[in-house]
Amino acid sequence: MEMTGEYRIAAKRDVVWAALNDEDVLRQCIPGCESLTKTSDTTMEALVVQKIGPVKAKFAGAVELVNIVAPESYTIQGEGKGGIAGFAKGASDIKLAEDGEETILTFHASAMIGGKLARLGNRLIDSTAKKLANKFFDNFHDYLSNQE
Amino acid sequence: MSTKIGDRVKRSEDKRFITGAGKYTDDIRQENQAYAAFVRSPYAHANVKGIDASAAEAMDGVIAVLNGAQLTGDGIGNIICGWAVSSKDGSPMNMGAWSALATEKVRYVGDAVAVVIAETDALARLGAEAVEVDYEELPTVVKADKALAEGAPQIHENAPGNQIFDWEIGDQAATDAALATAAHITEVDITNNRLSPNPMEPRAAIATYDAAEEHYTLYTTSQNPHVARLVLSAFYNVAPEHKLRVIAPDVGGGFGAKIYIYPEEITCLWASMKTNRSVKWTSDRSEAFMTDAHGRDHITNARMGFDADGKIVGFKVDTIANVGAYMSLFSSAVPTYLYGTLMSGQYDMPAIHCNVRTAYTNTVPVDAYRGAGRPEATYLIETMMERAAREMAMDPAELRRRNFIQSFPHQTPVILAYDAGDFPKILQMAQESADVAGFATRKAEAASRGMLRGLGYSTFIEACGLAPSAAAGSLGAGVGLWESAEVRMNPVGTIEVLTGSHSHGQGHETTFAQIVADRFDIPIENVKIVHGDTDKVQFGMGTYGSRSAPVGMSAVVKAMDKVEAKIKKIVAHVLEADEADLVIEGGAVSVAGTDKQMLWHEIGLAAYMAHNLPEGMEPGLKETAFFDPVNFSFPSGAFICEVEVDPETGTTEIVQFTSADDFGTIINPMIVEGQVHGGVAQGIGQALLEQVIYDDDGQLLTGSYMDYTMPRADDLPFFTIDHHATPSPNNPLGVKGCGEAGAIGAPPAVINAITDAIGAEGLAMPATPMNVWRAIQAAKSSIAAE
Repeated sequence: MEMTGEYRIAAKRDVVWAALNDEDVLRQCIPGCESLTKTSDTTMEALVVQKIGPVKAKFAGAVELVNIVAPESYTIQGEGKGGIAGFAKGASDIKLAEDGEETILTFHASAMIGGKLARLGNRLIDSTAKKLANKFFDNFHDYLSNQE
Repeated sequence: MSTKIGDRVKRSEDKRFITGAGKYTDDIRQENQAYAAFVRSPYAHANVKGIDASAAEAMDGVIAVLNGAQLTGDGIGNIICGWAVSSKDGSPMNMGAWSALATEKVRYVGDAVAVVIAETDALARLGAEAVEVDYEELPTVVKADKALAEGAPQIHENAPGNQIFDWEIGDQAATDAALATAAHITEVDITNNRLSPNPMEPRAAIATYDAAEEHYTLYTTSQNPHVARLVLSAFYNVAPEHKLRVIAPDVGGGFGAKIYIYPEEITCLWASMKTNRSVKWTSDRSEAFMTDAHGRDHITNARMGFDADGKIVGFKVDTIANVGAYMSLFSSAVPTYLYGTLMSGQYDMPAIHCNVRTAYTNTVPVDAYRGAGRPEATYLIETMMERAAREMAMDPAELRRRNFIQSFPHQTPVILAYDAGDFPKILQMAQESADVAGFATRKAEAASRGMLRGLGYSTFIEACGLAPSAAAGSLGAGVGLWESAEVRMNPVGTIEVLTGSHSHGQGHETTFAQIVADRFDIPIENVKIVHGDTDKVQFGMGTYGSRSAPVGMSAVVKAMDKVEAKIKKIVAHVLEADEADLVIEGGAVSVAGTDKQMLWHEIGLAAYMAHNLPEGMEPGLKETAFFDPVNFSFPSGAFICEVEVDPETGTTEIVQFTSADDFGTIINPMIVEGQVHGGVAQGIGQALLEQVIYDDDGQLLTGSYMDYTMPRADDLPFFTIDHHATPSPNNPLGVKGCGEAGAIGAPPAVINAITDAIGAEGLAMPATPMNVWRAIQAAKSSIAAE
């Protein structure tokens, strides 16, 4: 499953970049995130509750930042295990472009699910993933907007 | 009401089924029973690096968490394949090990790595959820052709390139030579879609270990409990046969999926010994989709050559069959000896060559499903015939007629020798029933409503009544394929028949009783059919391959022969008559032309009282017989399907479906019609609706009825069913078997009707509205391009 999107954020690129690397910001913006803890400069552990179709699960997962080109781009990738519900994994390339006082964020994400999630929720995964991605960037946008 | 052979006797078993009084495996309750839940891999291919059961073991109500290392450590053997098929170069098949609980590696989504035994089903499932398995993911492959391609992920170490065998049947040189002379060659590339069997009752098992007796009892959803016991004893080392009782009580449908001995039954037996508790497991529907053996999944290229008169000169077939992650019991035989041997269809073909390669993939094992190999052959042959007729601008019925085998016995180029049939007659019957002559008018009328009406044929043959033991053995079968029966007459004159056939929807309790009531002219209520319990029935090979009538009933007939012979000796002795003058009728044995007779209970009493028996005769009245057929039986049929397709939406409606079948002698027409209805419904399901889909990562996407479409009543028309019997010469009743014909013959009839309606070839099953609409659009654009 592949997704792409673009957001205009009313903040300078350095501010956006800092936020994208701030565990507190990520925790607040990731939908359903119960905890997010940095385990090193580029790795985190997360606990996320999600409902996809008829399957609700708590995903325990590791998140890693790679291909870091500060303050322009990185790839955030992770895998969450939801026990008997199955698993989800994905990666998103995020790019930040300066546009005066504002920043244009583009992303290209891919996601995959397995186990019961795939058997029961597959028809819903595309719409759910798009909804979650939009929710994250909406939250992110709102967070930065409220900083000012 | 008469209850003899040929009568529409109502099913005696239905009273308990339709009043909810059936006794299925899940209804069995044992004292002190615990429940099993399996920890299953969510990955299609992964190394198992570790299993942490500590959290589950600490949970209230969890009795034990057991894994594959313990299972193999206790000497439980790997799961076997029952038929050794060699490659054409003579090398044996490359079979990988299959442990009931995976140890180092998982190979499909649903592969079990551990089992949790707990006080309740819910606690067992919670426990299974708490078991942490550390998986190291590996690359996956789910399609058979991709599995055989260079660089594909290697699934079993001892099957290089994932190939299990490269097998052939027929004469390649003769076929190539024949095709070189052909005036016309039709070539097809077709896929036979992958199906989930979906019996109404899911699989279940409850195992009890008696430590004092060192004895096991297993209730399970099996089509062949004796074979289960044999395999559990001889190969899985659970217990020797005299220490293991297997009972298959009422079983709610099998369709092949309940032939095999699966990991769950083995694990329940072993776990009952480990925990000293009865251990019960009942599959939920999700597990059934994941772990019941699937059916079909072939990719085939084939070429058929014709001379200038439309006579077939040669048929060349190249098939790749997907067997899944492990070799299930009949997985090697289904795409070979139950497929390649049927390539002659109803046609006189001078040369045939069929090559089959089988591949491991990261999917659940594939094995026999209603028809087993014969639907794959029939779909190929019958779509080929229809397409060839269109290419040669011939009437498809006429092309078939020109090629029909006309005299019997007929030796095909692919082992089988057909014994009886009348193919032109059944085609003619079907054409008359279907009013083929009036089709053009109906098509024009449909066109006036904007609908595309099409008509498709399928004239097919199947090999049933598996089979002569020696012949099967010479082809690699690991078992004999006879059947046994015991006929007991009680002192009060009632009769019990113990049969190794197993009924799981077929109505044996009625039809087997009919042949006894017919033979001895006694009320059918006085006959009881006993089956499904290894402690009651001596031995049996079970029910699959439409074998219960041709093989199972034949054993009953042989046992009745012996009982009758003894009865006549007793009566002749008591009445001081000549055996040759005795007639059996009206519940008595009488001396012809006199008023001397013995009533049925008087004979029973005489045999058991033993006060006045012929000198040297043993008391009692019970006889056993084994029947081993000298050949398969060959049911044949002609199906005609008529459809209307909406060109705007691609929606297909089956408006008429006609069958004319030759099942040989018919014991009970009502039950035979029921079997045809069910089989045709499943065939229509395959043609229009059903398909198992794995994504490229091996995730099962059709894991529930939200995504896997079963046929429903409103998808089906009323069927018109005719029969014409040419009795099988190879069994005493002349029966041929009727359980699979519908599922074998229906798919090509449906697809041929749709392609006729839309004027496009190459439509893949299932012909969903989307697939049909695309085919219509593709045909339109190819016409536009011309």
